[in-house]
Amino acid sequence: MALLKLSDLKTFFHTRAGVVRAVNGVSFSIEKGETLGIVGESGSGKSVACYSLMGLIPKPPGKIESGQALFDGEDLLQMSEAQLNRIRGRRIAMIFQDPMTSLNPYLRIEDQLIEPLLLHGLADKHGARKKALEMLEKVGIPGAARRIRMYPHEFSGGMRQRVMIAMALITEPDLLIADEPTTALDVTVQAQILELIKSMQQQLNMAVIFISHDLGVVAGFCDRVNVMYSGQIVESGHTDAIFTHPSHPYNQALQRSIPALQAKGQELFTIEGQPPDLTRPVSGCAFAARCVHASHACSQTSPHLECVDEGHWSACLRVQQHEITLAP
Amino acid sequence: MSMPTPPFLKIRGLKTHFPVEKGLLVRKTVATVKAVDGIDLDLNQGEILGLVGESGCGKSTLGRTILQLIEPTQGSVHLNGRCLTELKGKALRESRKDFQMIFQDPYASLNPRMTVYDTLAEALLSHQSIPKSELSQRVGQWMNRVGLSPRFIKKYPHEFSGGQRQRIAIARALVVEPKLLIADEAVSALDVSIQAQIINLLARLSKEMNLTMIFISHDLSVVKHIADRIAVMYLGKMVELGSAESLFDHPRHPYTQALVSAVPIPDPSRERTRRRMLLPGDPPSPMHPPSGCSFHPRCPHAADACQVAFPEWVQEGDRSIACSRLEVVP
Amino acid sequence: MSRPDQATPQPSIWPESAHSLEEAEQGHSLWQDAWHRLRKNRMAVFGGLFILVMGLASLVGPTMVTHGYQEQNLELRESPPSAEHWLGTDKLGRDLLARVLYGGRISLTVGLVATAVSLTIGLLYGTVSGFCGGKVDAVMMRLVDILYALPFTIFVILLMVFFGRDIRLMFLAIGAVEWLTMARIVRGQVLSLRKQEFIEACIALGLPLHRIILRHLAPNVLGPVIVYSTLTIPAVMLLEAFLSFLGLGVQEPMCSWGSLIKEGAEIMEEAPWLLIFPGSLFAMTLFSLNFLGDGLRDALDPRASKD
Repeated sequence: MALLKLSDLKTFFHTRAGVVRAVNGVSFSIEKGETLGIVGESGSGKSVACYSLMGLIPKPPGKIESGQALFDGEDLLQMSEAQLNRIRGRRIAMIFQDPMTSLNPYLRIEDQLIEPLLLHGLADKHGARKKALEMLEKVGIPGAARRIRMYPHEFSGGMRQRVMIAMALITEPDLLIADEPTTALDVTVQAQILELIKSMQQQLNMAVIFISHDLGVVAGFCDRVNVMYSGQIVESGHTDAIFTHPSHPYNQALQRSIPALQAKGQELFTIEGQPPDLTRPVSGCAFAARCVHASHACSQTSPHLECVDEGHWSACLRVQQHEITLAP
Repeated sequence: MSMPTPPFLKIRGLKTHFPVEKGLLVRKTVATVKAVDGIDLDLNQGEILGLVGESGCGKSTLGRTILQLIEPTQGSVHLNGRCLTELKGKALRESRKDFQMIFQDPYASLNPRMTVYDTLAEALLSHQSIPKSELSQRVGQWMNRVGLSPRFIKKYPHEFSGGQRQRIAIARALVVEPKLLIADEAVSALDVSIQAQIINLLARLSKEMNLTMIFISHDLSVVKHIADRIAVMYLGKMVELGSAESLFDHPRHPYTQALVSAVPIPDPSRERTRRRMLLPGDPPSPMHPPSGCSFHPRCPHAADACQVAFPEWVQEGDRSIACSRLEVVP
Repeated sequence: MSRPDQATPQPSIWPESAHSLEEAEQGHSLWQDAWHRLRKNRMAVFGGLFILVMGLASLVGPTMVTHGYQEQNLELRESPPSAEHWLGTDKLGRDLLARVLYGGRISLTVGLVATAVSLTIGLLYGTVSGFCGGKVDAVMMRLVDILYALPFTIFVILLMVFFGRDIRLMFLAIGAVEWLTMARIVRGQVLSLRKQEFIEACIALGLPLHRIILRHLAPNVLGPVIVYSTLTIPAVMLLEAFLSFLGLGVQEPMCSWGSLIKEGAEIMEEAPWLLIFPGSLFAMTLFSLNFLGDGLRDALDPRASKD
């Protein structure tokens, strides 16, 4: 049985400007020990989907319209706050993008580290302190014993991110959700943090959902990848296949836009048009307006994810019907 | 680094130091943040220089110092023969039309209470007089030029997306027809697909207007694409300078090598098989730079000599490297 | 709200006529957004309407009422509300309704004028201090700190002693004290705005200082300034009431809500209406101004515009 199975999640925001369909029918699952990457640009719904799982969506104006999130057999979306609190921070942990604001500036590092253990009754104060020091050393903070009583502002960005990872993993959760954990970091620090998450994952045999807009980071890190656009998953598959056999025009276009893969001296490849307006429901495929392969049928029929190859799913009508094949 | 013709932009010994003061009534300088610590640079007209480095390296401060938005502590900047560092007051304001900047945050770089027309008209009128009847036409032409429909001339910044705001900011910088343009992380806050559009726009406009451009970014792959040459900065000093393509493919300075090695490649097979060069520790703070070559605490090839003095520049073809251990660096 | 879609660069489609501006789509400024939000806030709207009504009543009321505010009628002194005198009469037989309306005029005028004085001084002082920064800012703010320490009451008494009890003096005295907080608020706003990139862009463009301050800083500083001004008015009115209560405010036969409350409090056991009416009207006005101020603050909050 999958560790987490999400079915048909719909999260809408009811705002003055209209109903923002941030997540519009997303389903995926993740196995124990697996690394799943969720890739998309801003507005794709990748963060909102995972925040919905954790019950972190502000309830007005946000509302989880429908969906089921089975974590070890229990539906997270139907749980009460009390029930969710037993799982959050204990079995599902989360790390966020901005290391500067994710830690409480008024509490010492040690106090913040032992908090999850004490809260979930996993250790007494003495045991928790020992474990906190262990974790801090494991995540590679030099001079941990000396620095554990310091405050967040005395640490650099990269160090703070390590502290946050220590805090998230101290309870040895089954699932870690990492929301763009390296985006705000320098590229050399990013490399360190990625190596750290990878090694911790192997030690704990933990599942990781890695949210990112950076295809490069995802390429080296994840087993499987979901590509999201306009609140839906448009392609899903093993990392290699996603890159070598793209099966959705958006994925193909996204990869082509990456400067690193393009020859110098020519204009960069661009995706025509603008990201979609999430307040306006579109009939048919949300990407059709910007898609070079779009046919008339594409704007008429709403596509669903279908299996187009072994373990590879695509929501492109034309690919499903074998009308086109996409080159990387 | 010397050019056959006099360089269009000439920077010599540029330093920007910020004193850190303590004390209640009498302020005493206890330390100095050496944000920019001795930069020499020559640029030809129409050239695009990519300036890369991580946080704390001083690249943004360098950009602002060149533009005289921050007063340099030492050194000189010459643009087309004219010394910018000596200009003050009215003379400085009047010459500003020759050097402009595009900022990182498209949400903060436009006055939220002014329409596109207001912003661009003000820029147009700042250094030339244009009859009112012609003004809206000129604004419309510039909007077209940066890829915005003139239909939206009366709209406010918050009614546009990030990429569009950046286009407005580009138009504002270019309507005065500058000779030098500094783009400070101009695309970093944008989505990947929008980044490509803005980069194309900047490259095209730079050619059309024969702009000399300094493109500051922490994103090496973006810089590689647009720049002719790349300069790598570390802790206020330049450590390597060379042509964009060869610097990226064959970095010589150990720091550049680490930087290039850390950039994720969107190719799973290559990502998995490559050997990453991981730098230990964090980038040091510009307040307490290490002695000698500031990179030596993290450098895998450091020797005793590296702690003594900042290395001499070594010339390898069109590449300049500030390292004394090049014989052991692969 | 639709996003303008981006047109790929093409040959100019700009029509040649000089009236092209009119054909462009209208934009919605942040002020308009704020106005929309304010209108939806019922308490703020109620507060605003009440102030408007109260203001109009105070303006035209005293001339429209049958009795003058100074008219004494000793036969009918301290009489409860009746058909003749809707709100009753005071110890000299003067019509309370007329006096309350006239008092409103005085109180509201003091509120508005003193706030305007403090606004002007504080805006100027705070902008210069915030924009110049460094030593200038430090010195200017230390001066503010020192002035803060002066006891207001003694200051006003001294003024009254030296210059006599002139109502104009009261405007000045109150305004001269309230500007301190206004200066601090403006300075704080200017300090944070100064770091914003669009101000840097103005400097980079070579715009003259006065233009940057007037055209770029000032409109963006206005938000909190408006809110604080709306909340200063009740504070000022209370200050005036306090002075009147001490006997330092307006002189007979002029009256303000403050002096009326003082008189009412003195004989509140025999003629409670003399305290109740001015008191409740004053309280209602203060509430309304506070609701309005709160509503303005919520409406002008830049974070709220991201909804």
